[in-house]
Amino acid sequence: MSNNPQLNKSGQLQHLLTTEGLPASILLNILDTAEPFVGVTERDVKKVPLLRGKSIFNLFFEPSTRTRTTFEIAAKRLSADVINLNIAASSQSKGETLLDTVNNLSAMHADMFVVRHAQSGAAHLIAQHVRSDIHVINAGDGRHAHPTQALLDMFTIRRCKRDFHNLRVAIVGDILHSRVARSQIHALTTLGVPEVRVIAPKTLLPAKVERLGVHVYHDMAKGLKDVDVLMMLRLQNERMLSARLPSTEEYFKYYGLTPEKLALAKPDAIVLHPGPMNRGVEIDSVVADGKQSVILPQVTFGIAVRMAVMSILAGS
Amino acid sequence: MQLPEAEDLLTVLTARIRQGISADTAVVGIHTGGVWLAERLHRDLQLALPLGALDVSFYRDDFGQIGLHPQIRPSDIPFKVEGSHIILVDDVLYTGRTIRAAINELFDYGRPASIRLAALIDRGGRELPIAAQYIGATLDVPPAKMLALEKKADGKLGLSLYDKRQGNE
Repeated sequence: MSNNPQLNKSGQLQHLLTTEGLPASILLNILDTAEPFVGVTERDVKKVPLLRGKSIFNLFFEPSTRTRTTFEIAAKRLSADVINLNIAASSQSKGETLLDTVNNLSAMHADMFVVRHAQSGAAHLIAQHVRSDIHVINAGDGRHAHPTQALLDMFTIRRCKRDFHNLRVAIVGDILHSRVARSQIHALTTLGVPEVRVIAPKTLLPAKVERLGVHVYHDMAKGLKDVDVLMMLRLQNERMLSARLPSTEEYFKYYGLTPEKLALAKPDAIVLHPGPMNRGVEIDSVVADGKQSVILPQVTFGIAVRMAVMSILAGS
Repeated sequence: MQLPEAEDLLTVLTARIRQGISADTAVVGIHTGGVWLAERLHRDLQLALPLGALDVSFYRDDFGQIGLHPQIRPSDIPFKVEGSHIILVDDVLYTGRTIRAAINELFDYGRPASIRLAALIDRGGRELPIAAQYIGATLDVPPAKMLALEKKADGKLGLSLYDKRQGNE
């Protein structure tokens, strides 16, 4: 019925690989399903029996502490068994191919793979390769996509702003290297946000980024004017070495979110950041810890959103 | 087939429950029909403990067959379950599987002193050893039919009979 590799023959979500090309109904279903999971995580017993007996493998080919931990917590709160594989330090270093690794784990009766890989498309490759009863979640692939991060951002925005249809949203920072930014842009436009802006120096913007339906700004003073939501991106230190930026100090001067720059946005604007933060590089501590910051709620909601994705996939 | 008036049954059910309540009685409705009934019981019985609501979707035993139900509402138990006397309220008692799920969910909030079950209609057909302490009426409903409580525009409750959709209940 569909050419989308993420959907099964009945149009249900089979894998979550990217927010690109997913209809609004599927994105909203994930957000709606996450709502009751927030309540579960606030109880004494923070666990439901939904995925009891299922085995979920966290395949992290690239180091990550936070994302891996939140996927692990989400799976455990659904009563699944979680196996964490730090593959950078195991069989791949002995020469095993990606698909051989996956084949071996499938033979151990895996029900779901959560995949983080430095190569764009790694999760797609695994999804195309596995048996039809195995589900794949992309936990970040190269510069391509990080759909659960974008979905937890959408969940946080909806909780604070209620509706997507009258918002002005600015994504600030290293758009060029950011899988988070790409997934955010697709999710925001699909959910009907009328104005998505990207604010970055020219060296940190992909060519023809306007094609994604965003307005491009190089100047924070103009780009932040009257925005409702600021989505800050992490400036990765390794980018500095590639000479795209003169120094972190200069980046902070022009693009770091200070209280003065935040004052240009609407008074009730909220500030998001996917973490881990570089204080004093892309964000000032006063803003990060301030009243408009929703950075810690993002982390909490991230667990509920990942529980929703896992249970929707396991039930499809 | 002739269906009884839900409002009349609720009056009967309320009177039966009234004799069994005390200061530490709480009512918890099961979404959706059970919550409507529990709201009315809570008001009419003037219970001190706040009203609870359960959506048992995360505890259902048919997840493996049919996946997650759409439109799950948050469960809300705004009182201390530990030591409370809970009356669980549902509209139609049938296989008992929903009640099994609800009891399991309640225990994830704490250890209640007791749980009793109230249902507007008992249509028989139990698949688990579950019994209600309070019922409005018993009714023979053909297995192919689904009996559901509905809320009308004026807020009054009514019963309706449907052909069972494939895969449902």
